[in-house]
Amino acid sequence: MTIANTLMRYQWDDVTLSLYGKTRADVQAALAKSALNWEDFLALISPAAEPCVATMAQRAQTLTRHRFGNTVSLFVPLYLSNLCANECTYCGFTMSNRIKRTRLNLEEIQREVQAIKAMGFDSVLLVTGEHETKAGMAYFEEVLPVITPHFSAVAMEVQPLSEQDYRQLKQWGVNTVLVYQETYHAARYGQYHLRGKKADFHWRLHTPERLGQAGINKIGLGALLGLSDWRTDSAFTALHLQLLQQQYWQSRFSVAFPRIRPCTGGGIAPVNAITDKQLVQLICAYRLFQPEVELTLSTRESSHFRDNVVPIAINTISAASQTQPGGYSAPTEALEQFATEDTRSVEDVIQAMQRQHLDPVWHDWLPGFG
Amino acid sequence: MLNLANTSFRSHLLTGTGKFASPEQMRDAISASNSQIVTLALKRLNIKDTNQDPTLAYLQAMDITLLPNTAGAANAEEAIYAANLARELLQTPWLKLEIHPDQRYLLPDPVETLKAAETLVKEGFNVLPYCSADPVLCKRLEEAGCAAVMPLGAPIGSNRGLRTRDFLNIIVEQANVPVIVDAGIGSPSDACAAMELGADGVLVNTAIATARHPTDMAVAFAKAVECGRQAYLAGTASRQRHAVASSPFTTFLDTLE
Repeated sequence: MTIANTLMRYQWDDVTLSLYGKTRADVQAALAKSALNWEDFLALISPAAEPCVATMAQRAQTLTRHRFGNTVSLFVPLYLSNLCANECTYCGFTMSNRIKRTRLNLEEIQREVQAIKAMGFDSVLLVTGEHETKAGMAYFEEVLPVITPHFSAVAMEVQPLSEQDYRQLKQWGVNTVLVYQETYHAARYGQYHLRGKKADFHWRLHTPERLGQAGINKIGLGALLGLSDWRTDSAFTALHLQLLQQQYWQSRFSVAFPRIRPCTGGGIAPVNAITDKQLVQLICAYRLFQPEVELTLSTRESSHFRDNVVPIAINTISAASQTQPGGYSAPTEALEQFATEDTRSVEDVIQAMQRQHLDPVWHDWLPGFG
Repeated sequence: MLNLANTSFRSHLLTGTGKFASPEQMRDAISASNSQIVTLALKRLNIKDTNQDPTLAYLQAMDITLLPNTAGAANAEEAIYAANLARELLQTPWLKLEIHPDQRYLLPDPVETLKAAETLVKEGFNVLPYCSADPVLCKRLEEAGCAAVMPLGAPIGSNRGLRTRDFLNIIVEQANVPVIVDAGIGSPSDACAAMELGADGVLVNTAIATARHPTDMAVAFAKAVECGRQAYLAGTASRQRHAVASSPFTTFLDTLE
């Protein structure tokens, strides 16, 4: 049985009930353990754990410093295209939005790479809208050779691809692939993803397995918080993570916590919106559940939130991000996927980290490694 | 003296460069440790412009032997590639061979490590392999020509101490090359115990870098390693389960013909 199928044997409503039925005693029992199981994770993200966030944060910080030391890695997103063949009600790139569509050509990419390198980055996340024909493998084959030689680590966040395509991307120098499930609630997933290949819930849900089979070094998971109950979606994400780690033990895993942001066309109002304090609870619960997993926090979050949460449990952050194609060499807000909250310069982010006694890491990979 | 590949080192404490809060803190801690061999992950180096790397700049200004390591390599092929890159960039034959495909506990791959060690020794590297506390594997690595073996005390970064003590004893007893206990040493008392049982050195990184006061902890480790070494050389008395009289049997034995 595939991991995705195992995951789908867990009924959404059962998990929700189990989660909301957790008691203070379940939380205390989880906090008393040195190795937590998935039920413990449910207790830690449940409403019953809300009074214990300070204790969780303390333990999360100890585990993080221990495993990762006093370091935080930096990356930057590079948007290659905002062309999209999907209709997703929460996203600025959605097909029906009448925004200017663009796909960077080689010269434009070179300018972006130069601008990013000038800021000091050595780790890049390539992002496109989901468009198989215009931003698919043929495009990647054309553009990756002008990008990968300039960075020690290259991540991609593009449409789900086949195992064979992932093997090919690895050959072209891609180390990390992020594919967020958005929501693990199949029916609600259908309501948000109205048209295009992204409407295929199961193809997306099987993607991390194809990444594992293809030997991709780092696999990024996550749910877009605000599409369904964040607790249940996080419970599924954590279970997905655990099952994948067991099977694909040679891959590293990262988890991100994107919250719905305003976008062109207005986007949608979040369902059961996660509060700032609950987001801290969730991040700490992940660290206690999986001390080795890499946790990422993007510029979707405010500088105040990031400055205070990064020192607790975060391993990788973006900084000075632009979310539109061409944004570093010729910024224009009209094209962006979503509005960022932390708009500080790289220097300001670094200074804030150093004030917290954290060492910013620019290089943490060798080109040529997996 | 710790003798590795025809080179003598006064200090038996090897240190690392990862996990510190800043390059300056790293420099101060290493300097306080009196360590003469310092390992550095090649993946953390700005390989495109090594002159721009603050960590490397501090290390090169110190009177130490740089020991580049291949952390991040998942197989022999990647480790050999990283080793050659390290030799070219840093102009050194020293190499700490690390191959850990397991991403959670970072445990070393014995098969790939032996394979890489055989090749790298032939290519002229002074190979110090990070390995499981497996006495047979350590003999095989020794036969492959490694300059030392570096069995783990516990999973890397775990600070759990000498969980593999019984196997370390066998390795120390059998080895014809120096044994350096790498990984898992959480406190100066662990380091002291490793030296007392006859290890030729210990490598400590996390326990120093993540201490509240790294520089003070580095001093404590330096003392503990010296202390353990001195105790080992002095001939540590064997442990007994029961009390033993200082001069037993003598009266009786003297009466025998």
